[in-house]
Amino acid sequence: MRGGAAVTTLTTSVQTIRKPVPLAVRSGRVLKTVLTYLALLLGCVIYIFPFFWMVTTSLKTVANIYLDPPQWIPAPAVWANYVEMWKVGKTGNWLINSTVVTGVSVVAITASSTVVAYGFSRFRWPGSRVQFVLLLSTLMLPGHMTIIPKYVMFNQVGWLDTLWPLIVPTLFGAPFFIFLLRQFFQTLPRELDEAARMDGASSFYVLTRVLMPLSIPALSTVAALTFVSSWTDFFEPLVYLGRPESQTWQVGLFWFRTFTTGGSGYSAGGTEASDPSNTMHLLMGASVVSITPMVIAFFLAQKQFIQGVALTGIKG
Amino acid sequence: MASVTRVERPTQPPAGGSGYRRFMRTWEGQIWVLPFLIRFLLFYAGPFVYSFILGMGQWDIVGKYAFVGLSNYIELVSNDQVFARAVVNTLVYSAAHVLGTVFLGLLAALLLNEKVRAVSVFRTIFYLPSITPGVATAIIWISLLHPQGIINSVLLWMGVPRADLPTWFNSTTWAMPALIVMSLWNIGTIMIILLAGLQSVPQHLYEAASVDGANWRHRLRHVTLPMLTPSLFFVLIVGVIGSMQTFSSALVTTNGGPANSTMLVLLWLYRQGFDFYQMGYAAAIAWVLFVVIMIFTLAQFWLARRWVYYESGSVL
Repeated sequence: MRGGAAVTTLTTSVQTIRKPVPLAVRSGRVLKTVLTYLALLLGCVIYIFPFFWMVTTSLKTVANIYLDPPQWIPAPAVWANYVEMWKVGKTGNWLINSTVVTGVSVVAITASSTVVAYGFSRFRWPGSRVQFVLLLSTLMLPGHMTIIPKYVMFNQVGWLDTLWPLIVPTLFGAPFFIFLLRQFFQTLPRELDEAARMDGASSFYVLTRVLMPLSIPALSTVAALTFVSSWTDFFEPLVYLGRPESQTWQVGLFWFRTFTTGGSGYSAGGTEASDPSNTMHLLMGASVVSITPMVIAFFLAQKQFIQGVALTGIKG
Repeated sequence: MASVTRVERPTQPPAGGSGYRRFMRTWEGQIWVLPFLIRFLLFYAGPFVYSFILGMGQWDIVGKYAFVGLSNYIELVSNDQVFARAVVNTLVYSAAHVLGTVFLGLLAALLLNEKVRAVSVFRTIFYLPSITPGVATAIIWISLLHPQGIINSVLLWMGVPRADLPTWFNSTTWAMPALIVMSLWNIGTIMIILLAGLQSVPQHLYEAASVDGANWRHRLRHVTLPMLTPSLFFVLIVGVIGSMQTFSSALVTTNGGPANSTMLVLLWLYRQGFDFYQMGYAAAIAWVLFVVIMIFTLAQFWLARRWVYYESGSVL
């Protein structure tokens, strides 16, 4: 196979030397490049536009939000909108709660998943295979399956309206990241462990001083993906957190969109959504706050995100 | 490392030793994996079994649990008009979302694979919507798709008569298309997975095809796409499972309305569970959705034998 490839490369280059590329082919190539860039630019304009619209709308006066023709650049730019947005609800609590949950999750999930992955990667014991299959089976269980029983459970232990339902599970490893890290540890040669053990190193030493320093790329991928999934998490916080002061930023934003929009909010039966035109500039400002950490994280750890996603295929 | 001679590990004590050592020799891995085992029992297996029991009963959390056998399921399948509507809507949404995002994600990946400059800039722009929190995404698109919003302004400018402009989330006809259009903004993850797949197609296949006189269309049809089928299969599987559980986008934009035109299965589960406190009924909905997701996933694996090409010649 290899030899064949080398031969074909050779023949192509020989042909290129003998016959200059005809003009039609060359201009075809130029045309193709131009079309590629045009398509990409058009796509980028469309995909970045919602962000642009979010930021500009957050600075507009209410009267200027839905104009015909539309106002592209806010005039006047009302920075005080952000001050007003801050006063609509328990925004301080929301921000602190989200920060606490996200911070704890990043540290706890990365650490606990590493510990469990080490166990699966380096040890055998009666039942280890079965437990690994259980790990894989949890990956296939859709998240909605357990939400009702978990709500009932957390209700019984009195954890609703607290952050415990979001924090406690992170202490026991996240199945997906356990799997990811275990696969990574499998690629590190066992000779490293054994060399350290011959010098009398404990398992803990092997993990923290031998394996983990070599796993920085995988560990930072786990941390980056946890940061995003924890900050953007909505379904579980929505279910567990009813009181405004206990909510996270995402749930608070939803609460704000639903109940502070021109009075009515959802109608009595809870079936129709209201039109939040009166507060759209404030909602956009709150959305900017919700997106900013993600954008910063992405630019700080772009490589980890791209590798992580290509590796795993999960949505952040 | 390779030059180090492997020596039999002298650290293994001879059979016997102290009780602690013997215990650790067999069970040390289990201790490392213990956190996962706890999480598995408390947050996966336990709730899973519990939801089965809940689904067979009637319970509003405060009152007493009453066993009703299969009547929740019978009610769901034979009597619940909203649920029937939700199932149809979910299938329509899922099909349109998966086909649309895979098509656009493939298009973006193919364009980015054309040795363009500034790949990382384009990639970032297409990827950022994927790490945007769902509530913020929904708020942005409520504004973009407002009846007097920017998208309708563009349609007006393109020559659509003012009377024919869609009212998107406010109309029973246009709310579902609006939800789908909004979901097509999230192609980043798919794009990155497919781009990784494209970059792993061996270059010699393209060279061999060129020697045989294949133009770009032939190469796409007979080299690129066949080699990409494993990645395509993966994004389809993940996409179907994920989109069947769509929740936050519909909750924030329309809350299922107008007149249930965007009611989705998970939204109905949420309303039964957390607005009406019908825990048993909600658990039954979760089980039906679980079974539907399983059927679709198995069907895709079965169909995969006909169109997914694995170089090693085996399915997975």
